[in-house]
Amino acid sequence: MARTEGKVAQQANALLDWVDDRLPVKSFWDDHLAKYYAPKNFNFWYYMGSLALLVLVMQILTGIFLTMHYKPTAEEAFASVEYIMRDVDWGWLIRYMHSTGASFFFIVVYLHMFRALLYGSYRKPRELLWVFGMLIYLLLMAEAFMGYVLPWGQMSYWGAQVIINLFGAIPAIGEPLVEWIRGDYFISDATLNRFFALHVIALPVALLGLVVLHLTALHETGSNNPDGIEIKKLKDENGVPLDGIPFHPYYTVKDIFGCAMFLLVFAFVIFFWPEAGGLFLEHDNFVPADPLVTPEHIKPVWYFTPYYAILKAVPDKLMGVVLMGVSVMILFLLPWLDRSPVKSIRYKGAWFKILLALFTVAFIRLGMLGMAEGTVAQTWETRWWTFVYFAFFICLFFFSKNGKTKPVPERVTH
Amino acid sequence: MTIRIETPSAPRFGTLLRSALATAALLVSLQAFAAGGAGALPQSGANVHDIASLQRGAQLYVNYCLGCHSAEFMRYSRLATDLGLSEEMVMRNLAFGDGKIGDPMSIAMDSDDAARWFGKAPPDLSVIGRSRGADWLNAYMLSFYRDESGVWNNTVLENAAMPHVLWRLQGIQEPVYETHTDGGMEVRTVAHLELSEPGLMSPEEYEDAMRDLTAFLIYLGEPAQLQRKHVGVWVMLFLAFFALLAYLLKAEYWRDVH
Amino acid sequence: MSSDGVNNERRRFLIAATSAVGAVGVGFAAVPFLASWQPSARAQAIGAPVEVNVSKLKEGQILKVQWRGQTIGVLKRSESMLSHLPEVDTHLRDPSSADSEQPGYATNEARALKPEFLVVNMHCTHLGCIPQVIPQVGAQPFDADWKGGFYCPCHKSKFDLSGRVYTGVPAPTNLKVPPYSFVDDQTLVIGIDPEGTA
Repeated sequence: MARTEGKVAQQANALLDWVDDRLPVKSFWDDHLAKYYAPKNFNFWYYMGSLALLVLVMQILTGIFLTMHYKPTAEEAFASVEYIMRDVDWGWLIRYMHSTGASFFFIVVYLHMFRALLYGSYRKPRELLWVFGMLIYLLLMAEAFMGYVLPWGQMSYWGAQVIINLFGAIPAIGEPLVEWIRGDYFISDATLNRFFALHVIALPVALLGLVVLHLTALHETGSNNPDGIEIKKLKDENGVPLDGIPFHPYYTVKDIFGCAMFLLVFAFVIFFWPEAGGLFLEHDNFVPADPLVTPEHIKPVWYFTPYYAILKAVPDKLMGVVLMGVSVMILFLLPWLDRSPVKSIRYKGAWFKILLALFTVAFIRLGMLGMAEGTVAQTWETRWWTFVYFAFFICLFFFSKNGKTKPVPERVTH
Repeated sequence: MTIRIETPSAPRFGTLLRSALATAALLVSLQAFAAGGAGALPQSGANVHDIASLQRGAQLYVNYCLGCHSAEFMRYSRLATDLGLSEEMVMRNLAFGDGKIGDPMSIAMDSDDAARWFGKAPPDLSVIGRSRGADWLNAYMLSFYRDESGVWNNTVLENAAMPHVLWRLQGIQEPVYETHTDGGMEVRTVAHLELSEPGLMSPEEYEDAMRDLTAFLIYLGEPAQLQRKHVGVWVMLFLAFFALLAYLLKAEYWRDVH
Repeated sequence: MSSDGVNNERRRFLIAATSAVGAVGVGFAAVPFLASWQPSARAQAIGAPVEVNVSKLKEGQILKVQWRGQTIGVLKRSESMLSHLPEVDTHLRDPSSADSEQPGYATNEARALKPEFLVVNMHCTHLGCIPQVIPQVGAQPFDADWKGGFYCPCHKSKFDLSGRVYTGVPAPTNLKVPPYSFVDDQTLVIGIDPEGTA
């Protein structure tokens, strides 16, 4: 027995060697898993990266299967979604996985980005890592928007109407640009068809490419950690960081546990709360698109509402669009706006904690106001939080350099 | 190599749980905020898991709604399976004419004709349960009244194009008005409705019947919901078991680190 | 980091258990995706049984209907046509239909529930063409001693009046017989087995 087992193992090793001579399997495994050293003090926030990857894979998989039944024409789109929900075996589950997955993608990505704010993960030498992440975020917004148009319900239609018309605010080329994006004189079959192509092919391919860049940049610099210390500074005699542990097995087993917990929450929503009370699947989107009737209350899905609130708060079309654009784009500059000598919130003074708390409240509150009807009082409140939102970046730039900090330890705290 | 603490550090279940709860609470409050302003409608009390209620609702739908309102995305065969009826019963009691069991619940009326007769074509009601919700639908069907000029109107959807097709069952309601001033203008609104002519059903019977019809419309909006929650319980149990194993595995390896 | 006191047995067990349960989970998760390729409720509704009225069918005449995208032929055969069937047995590849596809109640020489009605899937078992029906007896360009049957113009396969394949032609088996049953004497329904046979 033992001898045959040994023989099998020998043969397996020989096969592996054969492959490895032709494909760098072992070195890839070592470089990115077995001998990739990550700080040992990752906390809850550090689950989000692997979870985002999990959701991306699920979105691609469920998306492929939805494409097999969906019809990207104005005539048939709405009915084909209901066909998936009713006539296709388990089609409802695949569709709910995809629609819920979209919202969970943003939940995970927002938490992932917030982590970077907490621990200064965008700071030198990880500026490019942050920029790639932001590009992923931008593409994800485009991907989600176009995906939301596909069911061709009232919110799909009028949401597309509003968002596409934003480009009309650009002086001189605005109107021709809007027409070019639509491919028609109104949102129509042509628009739906091209959005479908972008949603299922172009943007996913670009997203995957950016994810590869994001991970490559991450593995070049190594992960940041809650203490904001560079673990590569202190290494043992073998060149292994003293505060590092190999990603595999330690973080693989940890992330498997994280994925399991995530899937529990995800499954709960899919099976018991798929509409999330109108947050994930809006009620008005169960009315087929009608170019003649605008729904009473148009609003984008929750993950866009903070920016939408900023748009609504400005009483000028062009300025509103510009301010909304700036509110997203300013995030790109974070690595250069934050000039604090320390990275992590743990060693920054109270000034940063207050700023970040205000910023967080502003973002959430703007998200809520973006969904609201828009009374006069709400408009004024939106303007206040818009001010706070931008003030965060400005204050960060001016206070971070000389703001109070605490001494950073040599080694990570555990 | 370095530190070794005997007891593995706190599993961080606490942090995880707290974060999950905080996210959930945020979502719920966001949702409540988004739903706000819809005006409080009384709860319908419709129960989509009460099969007998769904059967009665289906009967009402076929007898009173399906003349004008198709449910194009719903097949009779699905109705039979989900409502625990035999195909024969469905074909005899619910389907019209020489249709087949696999047919969708269509109507014979041409939508252009319908638009001429009613001002706008009666919408397909396959997913009305999802766009309007149970409370609205239930309130709508209880709120038809006949105004002084003898025209049907509805307090939930003012100037609805739809006449009160169930008036024989409910009887005729008439409005009691109240006037108040709004910015100097005198505005007359309907305070409440009073039954001026009884129908075939008592008010309680009619309310029960509308609860059945509402339950059916909710089911019609998403037939998979009956199956969905059932599957969900097993998925959650399985995932919980997997999460437990994954946790033990993680804790075992992380002994090295702590 | 410390590796002393590592319980390798426990680790191996937990790896095996987590992997096994994970694999089962992946298996379960695959089911909905694979099942979504099954014919949908719409396909099933369109593929529902088809009723055929045969009261106006004359002897030697064939009625073609569509069922599940297949052309199904209903051929009414005369006494003399049926009497020719045993004559060709020696020229057939599968005279007793042992290697061919048909319901149990049609596994007989007439390959039918009622001998006068042949219900057959018209698609040639070679590559799916639809053969011509030539019910009359007499010399044909492709067969000097033709006893009536089906002739496929695509690759010259020949079948007798029960849809049984001749030897020396490319078609491997007899024409298929779909499930069918009689509602009454003159009405048959394609797609449903007779009661008590399914």
